[in-house]
Amino acid sequence: MRVSLFITCITDTLYPGTGQAVVRLLERLGHEIEFREAQTCCGQMHHNSGYAPEALALVRKFARDFAGAETIVVPSTSCTAMIRRSYPQIAAADPSLLAQINGIAERTFEFSELLTRKLGLSDVGAYYPHRVTYHSSCNSLRALGLGSAPLDLLRHVRGLDLVELPHADECCGFGGTFAVKNAETSTAMMADKISHILATGAEICTAGDNSCLMHIGGGLSRLRTGVRTVHLAEILASTEATE
Amino acid sequence: MSDFPARAHLSLADSQMRRNVRKAVTTIRIKTGRVIAERADWQELRDAGSAIKAEALGSLDTLLIQLEERVQAAGGVVHWAQDAAEARQIIVGLVKATGSPSVIKIKSMTTDEIELNPALSAAGIRPIETDLADMIVQLAKEKPSHLLVPAIHKNRAEIRTLFQAEMGRHDLSDNPRDLANAARAYLREHFTHTKVAISGANFAIAETGAVGVVESEGNGRMCLTLPETLISIMGIEKVLPRWQDLEVFLQLLPRAATGERMNPYNSLWTGVTPGDGPSVFHLVLLDNGRTRILADSVARQTLHCIRCSRCLNVCPVFERTGGHAYDSMYQGPIGAILTPQLRGLAEAGSLAFASSLCGACHEACPVQIDIPRVLVHLRGAAVAATRGRPSVEGLAMAAAARIFGSAALFGLAENAAANVASLLEHDGVMPRLPGLGAWQMSRELPAPPKQSFRAWWKARGR
Repeated sequence: MRVSLFITCITDTLYPGTGQAVVRLLERLGHEIEFREAQTCCGQMHHNSGYAPEALALVRKFARDFAGAETIVVPSTSCTAMIRRSYPQIAAADPSLLAQINGIAERTFEFSELLTRKLGLSDVGAYYPHRVTYHSSCNSLRALGLGSAPLDLLRHVRGLDLVELPHADECCGFGGTFAVKNAETSTAMMADKISHILATGAEICTAGDNSCLMHIGGGLSRLRTGVRTVHLAEILASTEATE
Repeated sequence: MSDFPARAHLSLADSQMRRNVRKAVTTIRIKTGRVIAERADWQELRDAGSAIKAEALGSLDTLLIQLEERVQAAGGVVHWAQDAAEARQIIVGLVKATGSPSVIKIKSMTTDEIELNPALSAAGIRPIETDLADMIVQLAKEKPSHLLVPAIHKNRAEIRTLFQAEMGRHDLSDNPRDLANAARAYLREHFTHTKVAISGANFAIAETGAVGVVESEGNGRMCLTLPETLISIMGIEKVLPRWQDLEVFLQLLPRAATGERMNPYNSLWTGVTPGDGPSVFHLVLLDNGRTRILADSVARQTLHCIRCSRCLNVCPVFERTGGHAYDSMYQGPIGAILTPQLRGLAEAGSLAFASSLCGACHEACPVQIDIPRVLVHLRGAAVAATRGRPSVEGLAMAAAARIFGSAALFGLAENAAANVASLLEHDGVMPRLPGLGAWQMSRELPAPPKQSFRAWWKARGR
């Protein structure tokens, strides 16, 4: 299968290792990756912060950049939710844009969703000998309804000791610009998330979204907990050779 | 005028309040979750609830006229109030005409919305709250912090201290039964002597003219039956077309609100009945901005709300800040969309940003209000209203929009950021920098690595 990677702006700039892991894993599974270099950002930050005209321009750009792509993979639950749930609402007033968006949205898959639902996989041949807990992002749980599919992938990773995160359905407190506009409330939410993570005794907290992980990981590292955050793709791309 | 972050700053520091609220919402959340799970048709009930509300709002003009006719035919008097001031004027006038020096009140958010109690007091009429929690809040001279559990911010030790001081009951323990008995003795006095009661309404039925209040304590039933005069005020969105519609809402509301299968007290009355209950009944229909909300096709669903408060109980923001940070009788997620629409974005716009958009409220809402979508819609209106005024955020968003508009510019910006970061970073982490305080107060900021993904892809050369 030919898969077009939408890297997302945060992962492109701050977490290139996640993108490389997606490429490595999908190629290992025998798929061909394309990267359309015109792509930038899905517009989620502008949309969620109330900058509607700016968001609309980025929706149009996304529709142009990914026109004709067969299958699109996105290593971010919130950017996938933006495309699938918010794009149709943003494009509602423009029937031709809406038609393009609907076509693109149904070919767009969040990374773990591509593996489990589109490709029907649960064991991707990964090896990762660490104690890991999984943060299900709000968008994974609610907007995309991915349920336990990412956990199923983790359960099939050899060497991995998966520990359940208490209160897993509760938001970590990131919320895009919420994290800075309401920094203290965001921090109070994060503090509880971090105490739940520490209670698991895990070495690593993983998730399908680098924006949650930037927030949680930033908190874990400020507190010198020694617990690291690693995107799900990087775990699934790991093998005996890389570890 | 303070905004949500400033008020949250104060409440986040109140560890007693945070503990009380967390304990209470956790208890309610578990109970409502368990009782809702008993219903295999919960989703069908939610669908029916939102469909009936959408239908009612779509024919509000005819339903309200029909309601007025039916109430009048049953011996009630109907008043129309365009805004809070008019509603206050009507109600204060009606109470004055009875000559009663006091009124007993059933818990009602709408009377808080129109700020009725201060208006009554100013006219020399003493308003007496009879809902236990409202009574506690009134005795403490505070404001409600939860739309269904107004004293959720207080624990029973605090309530005992309050009752000891306000009722002179210095022997009182903090045993819930003793506290309830003290409140009962205090309230019975007022129930037997007060001639006028004021209520809100959970529903009104256009088809029959019936008005309904549901409650757990029975104090509302006292107010609805003992006095000579009953004055009820309702937002115009509370009207339902048919008697049969109650079938849906009397199942949705108690399970979502308090985790009860049925409310202990469901009171419905149609005008007046000689020899049975109040002999005079007034119904005040309040707009106060509701028709303006109705005109907004995205925000309209705000009016579906049945005030169950489930969105507050599942909200991670509310759980931490409590209700007073919302500075409104409507708190939590529903307050974050309703208050700015009632009071205007200039005054209450910061509430639209008081959410991480986690979606727990939408998932929990018994009438499926897409609160995150309305929040984003209101944020759009708030930003649009202040466009052109210079702000750091506006400049940053404009710059980001330009950069994201072109992959070439974005690539340059990535390189520039990585180059600057490489001079400052230590072990992949940025130092504390001016302007980044809101992030860095509790979180390290990662330094962008030298090679972005797109640079890596290009270098890979396939």
